[in-house]
Amino acid sequence: MGVALTRSAQWTAAGYGTRTLEITPLNEAILKEIIIFVENFIYKHPQEAKYVFVEPLEWKTDLDPSAFESGYVVSATTVKSEEADKNGQPLLFLSVPQIKVRSFGQLSCLLFIAKDTKLKEAQACIEANRNPMAKILGFDYNTVKGDSSVFNILDKITNDDDPESEIRMKIAILLKQLDLHLLNHSLKHISLEIRLNPEAIKNDVELLKRFSGKGEETVLESIKYTSDYEFSNGCRAPPWRQILGEICYVLVKPHDAETLCITCSAEGVFLNGGKTDDDGEINYERKGAIYKDLVTFLKDKSAKFSEVMSKQQIKLNEELQKEKDQPNETHKKKEADALPKTSNGSDKSMLQKKQINLGKRQMTKRLEPSLNWKTTGDFKAHRMSLRDTHKEKRGGRLEKSAPSVSPGKTHAVRKTVSKIEEVFSESSSESEEDEEPPDHRQEANADLPSEYWQIQKLVKYLKGGNQIATVIALCSMKDFNLAQETCQLAIRDAGGLEVLINLLDTDEVKCKIGSLKILKEISHNPQIRRNIVDLGGLPLMVNILDSPHKSLKCLAAETIANVAKFRRARWTVRHHGGITKLVALLDCAQNSATPAQSSLFDARDEEVARCGALALWSCSKSYANKEAIRKAGGIPLLARLLKTSHGNMLIPVVGTLQECASEENYRAAIKAERIIENLVKNLNSENEQLQEHCAMAIYQCAEDEETRDLVRLHGGLKPLASLLNNTDNKERLAAVTGAIWKCSISKENVTKFREYKAIETLVGLLTDQPEEVLVNVVGALGECCQEYENRVIVRKCGGIQPLVNLLVGINYALLVNVTKAIAACAVEPESMTIIARLDGVRLLWSLLKNPQPDVKASAAWALCPCIQNAKDAGEMVRSFVGGLELVVNLLKSDNKEVLASVCAAITNIAKDQENLAIITDHGVVPLLSKLANTNNDKLRRHLAEAISCCCMWGRNRVAFGENKAVAPLVRYLKSNDINVHRATAQALYQLSEDVDNCITIHENGAVKLLLNMVGSADEELQEAAAGCISNIRRLALATEKARYT
Amino acid sequence: MYLYFHFTVTKSEVECLIILFHGLMERADVRFGNVGLDRNTFRTALHSLFGMTDEKLMNRVFFAFDKDNDNCVNVNEWVEGLSVFLRGTFEEKLKFCFEVYYLNGDDGYISREGIFDLLRNSLHQLSSEEEADEGIKELVDITLKKMDYDNDGKISFADFEKAVKEERLLLEVFGQCLPEAKVQCQQPKLVERTLLKDLKITLARHFTFSSL
Repeated sequence: MGVALTRSAQWTAAGYGTRTLEITPLNEAILKEIIIFVENFIYKHPQEAKYVFVEPLEWKTDLDPSAFESGYVVSATTVKSEEADKNGQPLLFLSVPQIKVRSFGQLSCLLFIAKDTKLKEAQACIEANRNPMAKILGFDYNTVKGDSSVFNILDKITNDDDPESEIRMKIAILLKQLDLHLLNHSLKHISLEIRLNPEAIKNDVELLKRFSGKGEETVLESIKYTSDYEFSNGCRAPPWRQILGEICYVLVKPHDAETLCITCSAEGVFLNGGKTDDDGEINYERKGAIYKDLVTFLKDKSAKFSEVMSKQQIKLNEELQKEKDQPNETHKKKEADALPKTSNGSDKSMLQKKQINLGKRQMTKRLEPSLNWKTTGDFKAHRMSLRDTHKEKRGGRLEKSAPSVSPGKTHAVRKTVSKIEEVFSESSSESEEDEEPPDHRQEANADLPSEYWQIQKLVKYLKGGNQIATVIALCSMKDFNLAQETCQLAIRDAGGLEVLINLLDTDEVKCKIGSLKILKEISHNPQIRRNIVDLGGLPLMVNILDSPHKSLKCLAAETIANVAKFRRARWTVRHHGGITKLVALLDCAQNSATPAQSSLFDARDEEVARCGALALWSCSKSYANKEAIRKAGGIPLLARLLKTSHGNMLIPVVGTLQECASEENYRAAIKAERIIENLVKNLNSENEQLQEHCAMAIYQCAEDEETRDLVRLHGGLKPLASLLNNTDNKERLAAVTGAIWKCSISKENVTKFREYKAIETLVGLLTDQPEEVLVNVVGALGECCQEYENRVIVRKCGGIQPLVNLLVGINYALLVNVTKAIAACAVEPESMTIIARLDGVRLLWSLLKNPQPDVKASAAWALCPCIQNAKDAGEMVRSFVGGLELVVNLLKSDNKEVLASVCAAITNIAKDQENLAIITDHGVVPLLSKLANTNNDKLRRHLAEAISCCCMWGRNRVAFGENKAVAPLVRYLKSNDINVHRATAQALYQLSEDVDNCITIHENGAVKLLLNMVGSADEELQEAAAGCISNIRRLALATEKARYT
Repeated sequence: MYLYFHFTVTKSEVECLIILFHGLMERADVRFGNVGLDRNTFRTALHSLFGMTDEKLMNRVFFAFDKDNDNCVNVNEWVEGLSVFLRGTFEEKLKFCFEVYYLNGDDGYISREGIFDLLRNSLHQLSSEEEADEGIKELVDITLKKMDYDNDGKISFADFEKAVKEERLLLEVFGQCLPEAKVQCQQPKLVERTLLKDLKITLARHFTFSSL
């Protein structure tokens, strides 16, 4: 305790007379620990609690004598404890305001009495007794400090062994433990805090300085140091204050407060006594709490400051919220935008320049390995510029990050970087985004092909040539095999990307065309794509979409199509209005009435539209972009383009539609725009890719019933069926089978498919196909087998065996579809025989253990027809070891679909008396009863059915009543679903066989509801309702009779 | 009136061009009946109408216009030249550009020296004269590698045609000798505007000329 108190507790610096403990989180934590120790002492160590201190702990207390109750002799101004030492002295003596305590027992009691002021008392006690160890144990226990004290004590113990010294020893050890504990604890606290250093503070001040001044948007009015002199260690405080860890003093004038004089010390930032007016001396005494850094301090002191700061933060956060793939570069721009305008005028162009600079910095960083080839002079200059840009970037970052980034991080970032290598490593770690794949570079000097050097030379001409030289260089560059990664990376490594992108910003049409032609090729490379986005290429390309030159538009759109293959790029396209412009390109084909200009750079209108569609196709992979395309009126334009017959055009158009059809809005629009007709038409095209996308689009759209009918009415089913015969192109096969699956949800379509012999073909596809195809094939068969004829076909074609084989897969989607298909087949007894022979039921049963709820539910549903139609079903079910228990336990699931399906399975299982007995033993009744309070009609229906079936055994009827399942069941009668009514009425009929249940049913007002149902058109419902009423009535009659006789 | 049969411009356009020609003649203060536009007037016209800037190339364009080598562009040459400028087919333009780039002395080839001359000012940033020469030599090599298909160290019309057909950007490879692309787009309007400006001055002459 002693060590902890002297070393880690933070005492006030200026120590006149009694020093006081400062209120800091650390001190508070230490005090709390001590309190806990003392409070528990009386329980944990009752023996030691009685030990009388050598000297009393004495301090001034705020406690009132009246607070003391039993165990104390209380008078107006004094309190004595009844507990006393050998000499009759009380162990606690209070004479307002002085208090003396002489044992841990009394200390504990005192803390209990103090209640809310515990902390205060403990603080007062510690402050008044600077060496509690000595007072408690006597001075000889405290003579040697530190680790040796234990040995010291042990030494004493061995010398004299009276019981008291043994207790003293124990206490000493306990206190020692506490001391250690406190030290550990405070260490944890300390490690959580950061210690500021001069560099960090300097950065903060410099930064705030840049955004200070007059005006609304600035964060502060002024900020300056008190001293201009900076010591070599970065401190500005006078040396005698530096000893205390103080670094510098800052005068800050916020907008809404007086000038603050602030001390920045290693411990943190706090307000000091201020500058005295006459001699300019600073009153160093701390006047307020310690903050972890300058920004936090100012946020607390100045509302305006924190408002301006948080405004920027909110802006930033909003952006971040909007899209998680917030691109790095735009992020920075936003940041820069959000920053208040500084006096040196950071107008837009400046910002853009800076942005480009930032981009360049990233590039130059990647350039590192290739620097080896540069002349040394070049290299040096390069290093310099690198360092500059890096510094600039750091500045840019800090502007924002200072308030938000965790102190540790800022600390790290602020670290001075003296070596260029550090710059490299640091910047690479902070600028890469998580989604970026690792950038693999060319091995420096490792067998670089000659193209590499030639391209580098060309880049030189790009950089240093006029328009003529640039065009020549661009045209020559195009002759290289740009599909080759070496060439792509050579352009990048030589800094060619920046030049190519900068060319897009010029007025030179020829340069733009040449540049785009190259960008279009190299943007097939994922890394280059990212680099293009980093360098801000996309906004420029989006602008070019407005150009009057069609070939320029085409190239820009094509390049965008290549680049927008990842989220951040798509985001950028959208945020620069690219989607609207791309959609506008689709309109080109319609304006072909205007006379064709025989200009050098003109492309055909169709070509423009094709490129637009191509870019939209890439962009449409993001949800927000799909919305943007729709809002920009893209659907009618796509629909119009779909009517043309250019294969090249159709693929991107259909591709876009297919991508977008995942959205409900689009499906409706697609239906409205009569797109289905054209999709169907293009199924007959020669182009496999086009067929694939059309089928895919139909697959997406056919969720809707009307669309399914449209496909049939436009004769789309036949081409679909015939496409099944070509199984080489797996992508297309997957799309086609998907379309067939969705279409076969409509019965009329199934009939057509049967006509086209598609079902036989589908059965043939059950083997040796990739999973994507299998899922769809099985799904389609599942739908087809809802009809008897088709079930027969599937059986006759030998489809059962492969289906059952698929039950052992692991693909969830496939398993769900397979179980559905088997369920459909199992309805037919002959198929069922085959399934049973193939052990399909056991496989289904084991799927009940599948972790996926969908699979579980689907398997349980499939079990129902199996149990219904299998021969000796009861015997078969019993043969599955542990199977029944498994089913009953699934009633504990919280998935409604699983519960409903399991209830249905139990209904079927319970039809066999012996099995019913077994599941009753497994506790099916209470589990079913527990589910009774549900609002889900599907579950209600199957639950009621299960209950009515389970009533058939033993005293289950009574048990349902006991488990309070009856009253909720009556409420089911108020449901709107006739299936629920029927099942419930049957269950109630069964339950009403028991007298008590009868009363419950009657009490819950079922009679009136049941009477209505007697009039229902459903005979089963009529019968069950009438049966139930008759049971109730009979009981009533019996009671009356009993009363009168 | 015989002119427009030969060219791809329409009759009214030819009329416009003729009016324009006389407007220019007037401005250049050349007495009527004189043979045509001299080099300076022609260059000014190229600059103001088509945004050309390179003196050297404008001179070459002048020589290309001036078929009969009499050091002035007469009305026939003017209309003929401008019809290529404004409404020329790709092949016509191709031929025209090639004519601009080779000097008559070069027997129908663009020689290595010729290219060097054309590209002389195409590099900036290079400090010393030597370095610049070196750079341009390399650029000439690159160009020849790109365009000299028969590897004879000079560019024939066949070479030029092949290269340009492969990559249209190479049409004006050695500098602008056709109206700017953006001017081309708005061409009809431009001619009309110029016409309106000059119409009043040249109205009388117009009638005289068209009655020929």
